[in-house]
Amino acid sequence: MITLLFFAHLQEAVGEERVILPHVPKTVKELKEEVKQRYRISLEQVMVAVNEEYAGDEQTLQPGDIVAFIPPVSGG
Amino acid sequence: MNERLFVITDKPISLEEVIQKVMRPEAGAVTTFIGTVREWTKGKRTLFLQYEAYVSMAEKMLRQIGEEIREKWPEAKVAITHRIGRLDIGEIAVVIAVSSPHRNDAYAANRYAIERIKQIVPIWKKEHWEDGTEWVGNQLETKAYPTGRPEEEDLR
Repeated sequence: MITLLFFAHLQEAVGEERVILPHVPKTVKELKEEVKQRYRISLEQVMVAVNEEYAGDEQTLQPGDIVAFIPPVSGG
Repeated sequence: MNERLFVITDKPISLEEVIQKVMRPEAGAVTTFIGTVREWTKGKRTLFLQYEAYVSMAEKMLRQIGEEIREKWPEAKVAITHRIGRLDIGEIAVVIAVSSPHRNDAYAANRYAIERIKQIVPIWKKEHWEDGTEWVGNQLETKAYPTGRPEEEDLR
């Protein structure tokens, strides 16, 4: 399993802050496709962090990973 | 060093406390940046802001900014505190303090820190306007950042 975290407007769109996914998609790209379809959301401009490090589409996922979906940030 | 230089907090920020973290005998200059909640943006009135963060990663990214500053300005010392939760008009959202032997480094490193915060630190603000709410940077709305990060105009 892996844990998904959603923030800001994505959290409102998904309706959950944290989702446990029982299986492990092969790559970030595969996971993004699944999330887009499951929640019918756009992930354009959304960055992904795996275990608190920004990750590219080709990064592979491991059981236990924490994957955060990070919309454009607006701190400061 | 037991004091934390890079902090996300849900409490009001003490400017003095952040400054004290970078005070040291080597310093001949200390610059501070204070980000505050603005009431008017392009004719629209903000009532208050709600900040949210991925706290553990946000503190990690602040530490990374600290590392980047250490590489670029080895003599500078930086401390950053960013607040989350509800903030009213005029309240302090972020304080960046940089000390260095001479002023140039302190100014440059401080400016660098705020620009990097706006690029890589997972913190989001939700505007509560008179007539509704909006996550800033929300690409579903008109305030989208086409490049995935704030534009020059947003940095002023």
